Amino acid sequence: MSEYLLLDIILLFLLVVTAVSVFIIRNLLAATMVLSLYSLLMAVVWLNLDAADVALTEAAVGAGIATVLLIGALVIVGTEAREYPHIHWPALLLVLSTTAALVYGTLDMPRFGDPFAPAHNHVAPEYIAQKVEKIHAEKDAAQGDVHHERESDNFHGHVPNLVTSVIVNYRAYDTLFEVSVIFTAGLGLILLVGRPRSETGGGS
Amino acid sequence: MLWVDLYNYWIFIVVMMIGLYTVIASPNLVKKVIGLSVFQTAIFLFLISLAKVDGGTVPITLPPGELYSNPLPHALVLTAIVVSVSTMAVALAILINIKRAYGTVEEDEMEEAEHP
Amino acid sequence: MKDQVILRVVTKITTPFILVFGLYVIAHGEISPGGGFQGGVLLASGFILYGLVFDLSELESILPRRVTDSMACIGVAVYAGVGMVGILGGYRYLDYTPLLITGAASAESWGMTLVEFGVSLTVAAVMITVFREVSQARAAED
Repeated sequence: MSEYLLLDIILLFLLVVTAVSVFIIRNLLAATMVLSLYSLLMAVVWLNLDAADVALTEAAVGAGIATVLLIGALVIVGTEAREYPHIHWPALLLVLSTTAALVYGTLDMPRFGDPFAPAHNHVAPEYIAQKVEKIHAEKDAAQGDVHHERESDNFHGHVPNLVTSVIVNYRAYDTLFEVSVIFTAGLGLILLVGRPRSETGGGS
Repeated sequence: MLWVDLYNYWIFIVVMMIGLYTVIASPNLVKKVIGLSVFQTAIFLFLISLAKVDGGTVPITLPPGELYSNPLPHALVLTAIVVSVSTMAVALAILINIKRAYGTVEEDEMEEAEHP
Repeated sequence: MKDQVILRVVTKITTPFILVFGLYVIAHGEISPGGGFQGGVLLASGFILYGLVFDLSELESILPRRVTDSMACIGVAVYAGVGMVGILGGYRYLDYTPLLITGAASAESWGMTLVEFGVSLTVAAVMITVFREVSQARAAED
């Protein structure tokens, strides 16, 4: 068993423990802090699974900003959730049946870390080799520039960070609309919470 | 079949279902938002687990010529995380408005205030 | 938290470093882990720390509301504008070929850097706005 797998097993066990405690703890402030811990653990899990960019984002967003936001909202809405000792049977039934269906589904999944899984063999090799054409070849040819042979290009005409390359090159439309979603969320928040009228008027 | 082969997927299912149960069963709306956050993060865990390749490394090709994990799910999850915190902020803003209108964020108390 | 001396001093010292690290993460998104989303969030967290420890009015004085509002708009506009450059140059939308100046790598890195800065502007501005609005609601409640 390789080292990353051992670390993975321990971290994911801790993850389940924190998720259960988030569910059990009634004090919402404490639940928020445990949620922050859960996010931080998740960031470490992702770093262990080779997703450095994602881990950086999760550590900043999930453990940082989301916690600040939740605490800010909790001050307004109150920190104590009422007790609900009874078991919600319909929910439990739904959750158990969904779990059974999903576990049955995983039995056909490729093994964790399998290099021959279908996900790694369709477009991913082209992304990794950066073979997909991003810059038009005619203009390259017109300038007499075959970018794979230029000495001055440090990275043979491509960027080393494949995740950034996928985000802003291959999936640039996707990212454009993600940014629009974030922008719209900010706009919606301003409209929902509402600013004092003196600041919205006057065209400032 | 070794249990380790599917361990990540099972953990993802357990954590996601904890989130789902919180969303349905908790009468407190803030707790529902927290449950939704747990649910979302579990799905990200699933995608990142799919991207892992045995013996692979972080998909940054410096130096070139090694085995890399799949960068595509990383890119999807990266944008999804930032979008998830934005949607959570909108949810919290709606909660603040609910608190102002009803004086509570418990589901059954709101029901009583609506139909006394 | 204004009366906590240690918090205030540490915040004053660390805020510039957080901001510089945020800019570093944005600018080096192509060769190291990072990019517009992460860098934008880090930039925002620097300002949010400042706003938490000092006051919302302090944050307002160093970064007025209309600045963050326009930052959010400008970020999306920069991204969409870089796309339009592709069309004006005779290629498809968001094709970075017209930005080709010295070689393929330069087109890509010009396009990417501009787009990343657009993304980070929007993300940072929205995160600061979110924090500010939620805290503002709290202040109105008291």
